[in-house]
Amino acid sequence: MAVDVRDTARAPETPFWLDARYRAIMFQVILLVLVVGFAGYIFYNTYQNLQRRGIASGFDFLGSTAGFDIIMHLVPYAASESFGRALLVGLLNTLAVAAIGIVLATILGFVVGVARLSRNWLISRIASIYIEVIRNIPLLLQIIFWYQVLGKSTPGPRQSIDIGGLFFINNRGLYMPAPVTEPGFWLTPVAFAAGVVATIVMHRWARARQMATGQQFPVLWTALGLIFGLPILVLLVTGMPFHWDYPKLQGFNFSGGMVLIPEFISLTFALVIYTGAFIGENVRAGIMAVNHGQTEASYALGLRPGPTLRLVVIPQAMRVIIPPLTSQYLNLTKNSSLATAIGYPDLVAVFAGTVLNQTGQAVECIAITMGVYLFLSLTTSVFMNWFNRRVALKER
Amino acid sequence: MKKLSVIAAGAALIAFAAGDAQAQATLDAIKKRGQVICGVSQSLPGFANPDAQGNWAGFDVDMCRAISAAIFGDAKRVKFVPTTAKERFTALQSGEVDLLARNTTWTMSRDVQLGFDFAGINFYDGQGFMAKKSLGVKSALELKGATVCTQTGTTTEQNLADFFRSNKMEYKVVAMEKNDEVLAAYDSGRCDVFTTDRSGLAADRTKLKVPNDHVILPEVISKEPLGPLSRHGDNNWNDIIRWSFFAMLNAEELGVDSKNVDEMKKSANPEIKRLLGVEGDFGKMLNLDNAWAYNIIKLVGNYGETYEKNVGPNTPIGLSRGVNALWSKGGLQYAPPIR
Ligand SMILES: N[C@@H](CCC(=O)N[C@@H](CS)C(=O)NCC(=O)O)C(=O)O
Repeated sequence: MAVDVRDTARAPETPFWLDARYRAIMFQVILLVLVVGFAGYIFYNTYQNLQRRGIASGFDFLGSTAGFDIIMHLVPYAASESFGRALLVGLLNTLAVAAIGIVLATILGFVVGVARLSRNWLISRIASIYIEVIRNIPLLLQIIFWYQVLGKSTPGPRQSIDIGGLFFINNRGLYMPAPVTEPGFWLTPVAFAAGVVATIVMHRWARARQMATGQQFPVLWTALGLIFGLPILVLLVTGMPFHWDYPKLQGFNFSGGMVLIPEFISLTFALVIYTGAFIGENVRAGIMAVNHGQTEASYALGLRPGPTLRLVVIPQAMRVIIPPLTSQYLNLTKNSSLATAIGYPDLVAVFAGTVLNQTGQAVECIAITMGVYLFLSLTTSVFMNWFNRRVALKER
Repeated sequence: MKKLSVIAAGAALIAFAAGDAQAQATLDAIKKRGQVICGVSQSLPGFANPDAQGNWAGFDVDMCRAISAAIFGDAKRVKFVPTTAKERFTALQSGEVDLLARNTTWTMSRDVQLGFDFAGINFYDGQGFMAKKSLGVKSALELKGATVCTQTGTTTEQNLADFFRSNKMEYKVVAMEKNDEVLAAYDSGRCDVFTTDRSGLAADRTKLKVPNDHVILPEVISKEPLGPLSRHGDNNWNDIIRWSFFAMLNAEELGVDSKNVDEMKKSANPEIKRLLGVEGDFGKMLNLDNAWAYNIIKLVGNYGETYEKNVGPNTPIGLSRGVNALWSKGGLQYAPPIR
């Protein structure tokens, strides 16, 4: 008997717009069209408005002459250079604060986090008071506070605090001798790089050997020797091809040497103190998250407290510490833009400030500035995620 | 990030603003809202400074009041928006303010590239330096190696670079956003000298603890023609600003002031008749009332009056008229005739 298969197999008559599968796709398409359309509208409207008001647009301005000076520049810069160059100077100044700030805040944070858990009542009290006070005062105020303290507590250039005739502290900054390289110096950085590479290779080899034979190798001492000893040796062998440039009082100010300007010092200091408090809490949380049984098990296996902390507790705590640590790093970088308040020439002050004002191209300047911060943040995140995967607990 | 977001918001305003294409859009908007929104300095005694009650006073403030008087017959319909040197142009571009009367130098790039129109020069100025007397500096040419405090986003910042470069002198610049921060940095000894427009120096000096401990050096290193400005493209609005200023100058030249203006309405002088709207339709040409200039003079005063009241020799600022005297008295202030 012939059965009409088609009849029974046919799905119940649902129109496609009620079909869940199509609906999901359809909504996504509609959303995409709306988002793209909105972005297009904004772009078009901005362009029209700029045209109508006779405001210049485009990125050509990056090539024209800046015409203003910047007090701190890590690459050569003068007023005759371009706006693009000023952007680079501002960016490097931001990076300098961020990089130094991140390193110091991490050290401070770990010290404070551990101190907070200390059995010593005084130490743990001090750590928690520091954390509570600092976390609850707006950062902007702290930056201005440290800047004022620094400004008010330092003398004028002619009455500088003189440390051994080499270092001078006054209200224009911290002056110190600067090394000036001579021909032949290039071998030293090369030796340093070689030392770093050799250390990595040596570390791998030592680990493989320990796995295979159980024999230990003095990794730390060899690493120090390779990374620092080698360049120093090269420096000596090549006949110290550098000399020091000392700061001297000349007219109004010191000249020569290197200077850390007060704006840099107080901004970095404030950021480190502030972020260090947050990192301290992350570290404490991370250590507390490690089950005490782990420590006991480790002791039961005969490991001493040092190796227990290093090999058992810290690796497990790191899993908890790193994600919030990443956001603290991002915060520190972004918070460095509060520099404007005290006149430190960071990216925002120089580019979204002076350059924007002089060119009037607000849309372009803000877009570039936001793009740079986005790039910095994403790069930090990518690196920290990679690091996180490395220290993450591996299921074996 | 707050600073950044303020400006970003300004940029966003540019992105979203529906274009004001038709003529007199600004005037219509002002009439509808019943207020002129005027971008001024944050606090510069003599130019734009709020008192303890929040009443603004100053030379630039009077410019805004004059425009309000011309439009509404009431000098008080102004909302003052204090702007930093850095923010001011974004504020004007984005339509947050209708005009700037804010110690702003007329330069080619501001006029052409930034999309503005300057309505005139109500104060001829130039950049100078101020130093502590104790430093013993007599001339700006002795400033080799000095640290200089200045405000970001100003012509000052650029002139400074030019001056030191062309005189082959080294220097360091500490640039801050707010004028008060710059002054505080100078006062605390962060810098050896403070630089801005000489009118600004005179005004800022009055804010220091002992004004007499500071000298303004004799050199004038730039031309700083200051004046009110509006967005490019609305010519009617720019004309209103321009002619409000010219009306004040013409009034001074014709001897019309806030005290005698009612009497002067009866004057036989045809120029005065045209100025005060007794003859001709000059207000109508601007889409205003024919008593526009009468209202300015009656409620705010002529150019000389506002000068003397705010920055003249009998004020703490103490600036003599100098180049800002009328052309007929040997100065540069010269207004085209109303006819
Ligand atoms: N005329 C210069 C400088 C303008 C300027 O900002 N001047 C300062 C000092 S005279 C000022 O008005 N500061 C007051 C404030 O920021 O509130 C320019 O247009 O760039």
